[in-house]
Amino acid sequence: MSTKEAKDAAMTQGEPRRLNMIEAINDALDIMLARDPDVILLGEDIGYFGGVFRATAGLQEKHGKTRVFDTPISECGIIGVAVGMGAYGLRPVPEIQFADYIYPGLDQLISEAARLRYRSAGEYIAPMTVRSPFGGGIFGGQTHSQSPEALFTHVAGLTTVIPSTPYDAKGLLISAIEDNDPVIFFEPKRIYNGTFTGYYDKPVEPWKKHRDSVVPEGYYTVPLGKARMVREGEALTVLAYGTMVHVAEAVCAEKGVDAEILDLRTLVPLDIEAIEKSVAKTGKCMVVHEATRTSGFGAELSALVQERCFYHLEAPIERVTGFDTPYPHSLEWAYFPGPVRIGEALDKLLSE
Amino acid sequence: MADTPETGSAQGSNKPVLSLHVPEPKYRPGDTADFSYLAITEAGAQARPDEACHASETAALTQDLIRVLGDDNIAHGPWDPKLDPETLRQMLRHFAMVRAFDARMYRGQRQGKTSFYMKCTGEEATSISAAMALASDDMVFPSYRQQGILIMRGYPLVEMINQIYSNRGDKLKGRQLPIMYSSREHSFFSISGNLATQNPQAVGWAMASAIKGDSRIAATWVGEGSTAEGDFHSACTFAAVYNAPVIINVVNNQWAISSFSGFAGAERTTFAARALGYGIAGLRVDGNDPLAVYAAERWAANRARANCGPTLIEHFTYRAEGHSTSDDPSAYRSAHEEEEWPLGDPVNRLKKHLIALGEWDEDRQAAMDVECAENVKAATKEAEKNGILGHGLHHPFHTMFEDVFETLPWHLEEQAAQAIHEREVKWPEGRPK
Repeated sequence: MSTKEAKDAAMTQGEPRRLNMIEAINDALDIMLARDPDVILLGEDIGYFGGVFRATAGLQEKHGKTRVFDTPISECGIIGVAVGMGAYGLRPVPEIQFADYIYPGLDQLISEAARLRYRSAGEYIAPMTVRSPFGGGIFGGQTHSQSPEALFTHVAGLTTVIPSTPYDAKGLLISAIEDNDPVIFFEPKRIYNGTFTGYYDKPVEPWKKHRDSVVPEGYYTVPLGKARMVREGEALTVLAYGTMVHVAEAVCAEKGVDAEILDLRTLVPLDIEAIEKSVAKTGKCMVVHEATRTSGFGAELSALVQERCFYHLEAPIERVTGFDTPYPHSLEWAYFPGPVRIGEALDKLLSE
Repeated sequence: MADTPETGSAQGSNKPVLSLHVPEPKYRPGDTADFSYLAITEAGAQARPDEACHASETAALTQDLIRVLGDDNIAHGPWDPKLDPETLRQMLRHFAMVRAFDARMYRGQRQGKTSFYMKCTGEEATSISAAMALASDDMVFPSYRQQGILIMRGYPLVEMINQIYSNRGDKLKGRQLPIMYSSREHSFFSISGNLATQNPQAVGWAMASAIKGDSRIAATWVGEGSTAEGDFHSACTFAAVYNAPVIINVVNNQWAISSFSGFAGAERTTFAARALGYGIAGLRVDGNDPLAVYAAERWAANRARANCGPTLIEHFTYRAEGHSTSDDPSAYRSAHEEEEWPLGDPVNRLKKHLIALGEWDEDRQAAMDVECAENVKAATKEAEKNGILGHGLHHPFHTMFEDVFETLPWHLEEQAAQAIHEREVKWPEGRPK
């Protein structure tokens, strides 16, 4: 079923089913556990308890203890055994409880999983999907808020995926699990239970009011490597992913800016065609991410746009990012690239 | 400064003065080595517990040394695997082949045919005898000095040499440092080069085998120096937690490049003893005693196959050569050590055992050594037809970009085009012959 057919089918069957991001992810995992006996979920607290964010709730009871199970608190071990399981022929889906905890597993990801196909000339592969909640805005302090995506986009052999809606989360996760190479699947935890406009002092907008919370039953995929056109516009191109898609969209709407907003969804491989097409049309580009600024993925995006769209650009590219500090606890909204930072960048770009 | 507590000196206080212990090996270049401090117990004196025993029942065996072949060259005690003479001769032949292979590849590196080589001299039993105790389809996750497993499992020498030369015949397409082999067909996992990463991978493979109700087990090898890596401890924890059908072989060859085993904790306890803290069975075996290595590995394999859990085996041995072609051991250790090593040479010990059994003699040994050297020479000549490192007979440029992902993304397509363009700029008339 194509994406459009799936959406249409969901809309035509009376009241469409609406899920939040966690429920959509749970749905994708449930479907893949049922479809493919080689799919295995493992991670800290994901079994009986169903995960600290409930992403695997009910899945152990439904699919059994040797398909969905808890692990020791060892990210090195979790990723390491997942490499071995992949070599056996399984399709492991490890959960790293917070992206901030992933670092002990980096050697197994960077030196092993990412390079196994290459170094063995295809004899062995690492078809794993590492799920991990990432990003801040939940008062998580400096160890429960980070956005380390650029560490992974820098690694040859890793695919990095970040959904921003329940519909995409399900379809992208199914694609990631079916992919025969390691995928880092970062879930923006600020928008697990509702969308976010960047105004932390306003009530959370529940997903059920959002058009992309309609999540069809059953199997469907959203392709990796393809951006999503959030909104077409003429004034400028906004490149964003995860939580920042929603914040940027809200700020543009508030300011009445006719922005063209691309949700990148996959950072590597990047949908460069969609970016080039949009920047060629608008002539202006703003890159937004929550991660720290220096050597962030925004630097890569900015360089690519400069290299490939220079003669279309009417103004310098604007980068809106988090600051180059650890994620502070009490001052997290001062860190977060919210409406003021985005708004000023918009003003600057549009005044050129 | 009044608010700052005084640091750095215990002078004037009655507290004991702390001192840092930095381990130092007993012998350095020029020293006369004396290993009489090592407690080498008598062959045959070690009890052999039931393979299904509780891990704690192996406690004594983690401090002792399982030995079968005595100074009389005869097998002794309950660990005698009672192998028939034909199997022993096969083992000896694998030993001889590895030794001949190492000798030739080492020379090849010195002659500039490749960048790097690692011999396993003195450690042949820890891979060959161990692998012979496994089923041929049990999965092995080796470190970098287990070429004996590939030779024992019948991987063609010419394929090994193609890999060492990174030539156009190299199945790994010239991507890996020499000796980082991979052969799925021989249930031999791709060697990493990063240390101890293979340990949790082996545990994961074993867990997968158990999840699927398979009967195959996994075995992995790690040097004693690399047991300091977190991966080793993750592997032991996961193996214990899930009772994984896996064998973790620690090859204690006393030296990690120039760092002696004390830098991995050998001054405090044995490597086998670590097993007990995890609740894993632990065996410490004379790694230069081929029969003891075989028996210990078989004990652990039977235990794993019967769902009785993992085993950690310390193979107590000695690295008779340098770490690799890139270091000179005479710069950091006494050359006298190898001569004095009290557990002898595994090849010699097996040979003498077969002779003592009346199943072998020196003439046959000499003939076999010559035959192995000839086999290796022939394979080398065959491999050299595919080129040696740096002489142009490599895989095509485009292969550099393949297998990063299953399919080539746009950015790698662009970079591949750039690489091919650079080649055309460099050699407009085509590459000179």
